[in-house]
Amino acid sequence: MKEEDLPQDKSALEKMTREVCYVKNSEGKYTTGLSTGWNVKKDALDNAWEDIQERTEAARLAVKNGEKSPVYYFMELRIMDFQILSGYTGFWKFTIKRHLKPAVFQSLSDEKLKRYAKAFDISVEELKNFKG
Amino acid sequence: MEKEFQHIQTAHCENGVATSLLKYHGLHFMTEPLVFGIGSGLFYLHIPFLSINNGPAITYRSMPGWIFSRACKALGVKVTRKKFSNEEQATAFLNQKIKEGVPVGCQVGVFNLPYFPPEYRFHFNAHNLIVYGKEKNNYLVSDPVMETVTTLSEEDMLRVRFAKGPLAPKGHIYFPENVQPVPEEVIKKGIIKGIKRTTYHMLHIPGGIGGVKGIKYTAKQIRKWPQKLGARKAGLYLGQIVRMQEEIGTGGGGFRFLFAAFLEQASVILKNNQLLEISEEFTKAGDLWRASAVNMGRIYKGRLKDQKDYDACADILDQIADIEKNAFLRLEKMKW
Repeated sequence: MKEEDLPQDKSALEKMTREVCYVKNSEGKYTTGLSTGWNVKKDALDNAWEDIQERTEAARLAVKNGEKSPVYYFMELRIMDFQILSGYTGFWKFTIKRHLKPAVFQSLSDEKLKRYAKAFDISVEELKNFKG
Repeated sequence: MEKEFQHIQTAHCENGVATSLLKYHGLHFMTEPLVFGIGSGLFYLHIPFLSINNGPAITYRSMPGWIFSRACKALGVKVTRKKFSNEEQATAFLNQKIKEGVPVGCQVGVFNLPYFPPEYRFHFNAHNLIVYGKEKNNYLVSDPVMETVTTLSEEDMLRVRFAKGPLAPKGHIYFPENVQPVPEEVIKKGIIKGIKRTTYHMLHIPGGIGGVKGIKYTAKQIRKWPQKLGARKAGLYLGQIVRMQEEIGTGGGGFRFLFAAFLEQASVILKNNQLLEISEEFTKAGDLWRASAVNMGRIYKGRLKDQKDYDACADILDQIADIEKNAFLRLEKMKW
């Protein structure tokens, strides 16, 4: 890539930094250039977030319809999978799967709810009272 | 201590931490491409049947942590590393090092990294930054992907050092110790070793999913995606490839430009013109990776959606695999 071809598109990066890219200068030597972003990857990132939002919305409906417990919704909201949530809570994947059932969730002790609330960065009340 | 720490911005976080820390300890010849090349950072791997963030598991570089380790080993620099099961101990150790005036590398998760915009906060746990001081309750932080230095509160620092999930940092802290001047012969040897190892990884990793064979494997999968996954999911998969390949930290073109820059520097140090020619081949490969991203973008933007459009993406990948294969074969045959 030539220095003058380095894209300078608007993207979420502008809230943080410009990024270093390796480009060829006019003498054909490598140098570094700073880029504000590139539309091609901005579109990819936007798509990924659209997908996350759709999944979160589907999870919200599932809680609302009584098919899943609030753990499922917050897991999607915080873009976690079983491995990550298991890491933060210390519960086995198998245990978390059980806790996704609304009936099982109802019977969870405050101590267990606290572990989930901490992982999701919310209060126990918020977790318990989430109705979708 | 007496020496002042200099922030250096680089494309990739691990290269950056390595470059800054080694320069701080007096190895002024260090550059990001040299760290990346000596540490054999370039790679390709597509792990089948595994999905990450609901997309294909593809990487363009070697395992986190390995670049720094290999580069230091080649240069005869000893790196001390520590991980902790206890958060208080991890904090105490970091504070102790800062008191001693030693800048240290820390592995962190980006999900709770406050200076990253929300759009970039995924559960990625192999980010690296340097802590070089503390003012009141704020750590002074040099994050190599940032243009300037930044700070992190004690609370945030603890959270990012103890992020959980795959590659959990567990408070991982590391720093070179007792760094001696590196003779030119050792640098030359390190470069050659780095090239040989990268060549081996790209040409001879068994199994058909790593190295140039891995690129062909991805191409083959892409041809199947529209049928197998449907348009929407196939588009998301292509988006994930582009993000892995181009997102912040790669230097563009899936690290290929960075590798080309390394070969260019290596050709000067080793006084070897052939390396400069081969560097051109990787520039070509990098440009094709970028062209492939543009093509994939047209699909996930919804402008293109036919089987032939996916085939066109796969064709470029096949072409890239051939270019990289030939370039690595030339490197393999080189007499040093």
